[in-house]
Amino acid sequence: MSSAPDPKRTSHYVTDAFYDALVRDFTDWQKDDAVLGDVGLRDSARAFLEREARLLDRHLFADWLELFAGECLYWVPATPGGGDPRREVAVCLDDRRRLEDRVFRMATGFAWSQVPESRTVRLVTNVEPFATGTEGIFMVRSNFLINEFRAGESRSLAGWCGHRLRRVGDGFEILVKQVNLMECDQNLRNPSNII
Amino acid sequence: MEDLKPRAGRPTDAAASFDWDALVHDDRVHRTIYTDPDIFAAEMTAIFGGTWTYLAHESQIPENHDFVTTLLGLRPIIVVRDAAGVIRALFNRCAHRGATVCRAAAGSARVFQCPYHGWTYFNTGKLSGVPWPDGYACDFDDAKYNLAQVPRVESYRGFIFGTLNPDAASLVDHLGPMAPIIDQWLDRHPGGRVRLCEANRLKYKGNWKLAYDNSADGYHVKFSHRSLLEMENRLKVGNQKGMSFYKDAPDDAPMYVQYLGNGNHFKDKRPNIEPRPGALWEIEGPHPGMEHFEERLRERLGEAAARALDLCASEPVNINIFPNLLILGNHIQVLQPRAVDETDTTWYGTAVVDDANELDGAVDDVNTLRMRALESFPNFGEVDDAVNFEEIQRGLMAEEDPWVYMHRGLDVPGRVKTDENGVITAPATDEVFMRETFKHWKRLMASPPKLTIQRET
Repeated sequence: MSSAPDPKRTSHYVTDAFYDALVRDFTDWQKDDAVLGDVGLRDSARAFLEREARLLDRHLFADWLELFAGECLYWVPATPGGGDPRREVAVCLDDRRRLEDRVFRMATGFAWSQVPESRTVRLVTNVEPFATGTEGIFMVRSNFLINEFRAGESRSLAGWCGHRLRRVGDGFEILVKQVNLMECDQNLRNPSNII
Repeated sequence: MEDLKPRAGRPTDAAASFDWDALVHDDRVHRTIYTDPDIFAAEMTAIFGGTWTYLAHESQIPENHDFVTTLLGLRPIIVVRDAAGVIRALFNRCAHRGATVCRAAAGSARVFQCPYHGWTYFNTGKLSGVPWPDGYACDFDDAKYNLAQVPRVESYRGFIFGTLNPDAASLVDHLGPMAPIIDQWLDRHPGGRVRLCEANRLKYKGNWKLAYDNSADGYHVKFSHRSLLEMENRLKVGNQKGMSFYKDAPDDAPMYVQYLGNGNHFKDKRPNIEPRPGALWEIEGPHPGMEHFEERLRERLGEAAARALDLCASEPVNINIFPNLLILGNHIQVLQPRAVDETDTTWYGTAVVDDANELDGAVDDVNTLRMRALESFPNFGEVDDAVNFEEIQRGLMAEEDPWVYMHRGLDVPGRVKTDENGVITAPATDEVFMRETFKHWKRLMASPPKLTIQRET
């Protein structure tokens, strides 16, 4: 192949090796001895997640997509912990193209589950960075509480995220965002908004 | 067997207190069938349990002592494969004071012990013992102290159904012409079977029949799923993807809808697809990993890759078995009423099982692709339908404007055909299947079967 395939158009990077790494990276990573005590790192990770929350709350989805690496994943497991997504379906497991599909669909104006669209306020707390053994790549655990108002009703969604982040210059890019909803294995009403 | 009066003490029974002919017409139904809590309560006995109702899939309880918990209507049920391998549907309700005896979603258990007072039952439902029995004067060998259970439990090719109607026809007779359609859906898989895996679990604030009405409805697709159709074709690669055959003149397309009796209906979109291996895969919308795994399967299997890839693509059928089982694409969707205006719709994924290695070692790649394809419609299609169901439920609050029409195709000459077996066939957007289902619904509601439970003796 003369040049690398464009992950916005074709999905060549979601391979067995990718899934192997995903399952490995998201198993048993929140160890006390891997917590990174560097206050500066923790503060910059928190600032990054707060900006992500703001972009989502403001529906700036194109800007939000730019937080992700080209070859990325947005993953909401349907079972606590997530299992092996090769053997079970997830609430969603979006690669770059499907994540852009998701944003595109909402922008059509005909995605009735988001007409009217959700208004959200999200609180992101308990931010803890963990070392991964790879230079420049961190796992970050954070808790979230999203208050979502749509079509005359309010509800709360709670859970925690595992972000796999790569250091890029002064900032980060998201390699994988795993969203662990408290009710992930329960029947969810209108889960169409990006979490 | 015990005769039951589930609503004992109520002043009237629903069958006699509603004028069903006034609520269900040839061309329309009354709003109250979707909004009235008393009608809903009557459905939970006349329909859910009154007729064969889907409970679980055998692949969820492969070994003796395996169980899953579910509901039959609103009754908590344990579907268990007992020590002798018999599949039973036990009422998850202690014979003593009524607490559920099993609180896990699934597992393996030889006995169920009630957490409240410790009454313990074998997984046949028979009472094994109670604490301090010398405090009782009764004879605990009396069957009334065993767990109640569904008297008729039968499977068709892995799909487990139950009914409380002792006079019901056998399951296979009840399914009638649906049975060979289920066969076709299964037989394209190696070994003619699938294994349930995890599910996309959704809920909407609306009546359960709104989803059942929708399940063979070809009229809504272009409108309710407009965003999905646009999304799947946004990159303009290869053939038109997914359900694009609904876009122009769906009634002129070779697909069709059928009503097959007992409330069951079938939407067959397969005739839209060229009858050759690989044609289904070519219209599959984009999903994660598809190009990589397709290349791998083609390298590994050569020409045989086309069949393997078709197994990853969404089978273009909707096989709807009244009242709660919707087999569509590669999903086994189960409707679970929660209240008159609340319904859970659980989209179980299905995985390919290839014990005989028909796929030459490629089954894991096939399932990896299949899981991602399965996530597509619940994420980008069903969410929009579910909101439309909720908005119907809101609209039906307009009491003075009570009618819901389903007369598309009615009295249009030459449009609807009935064969010698009573199977009705119509163009894809026809609503004849809904009208026929409501006739069946009306019959069940107007003269509900007498229900029984059973206990081990």
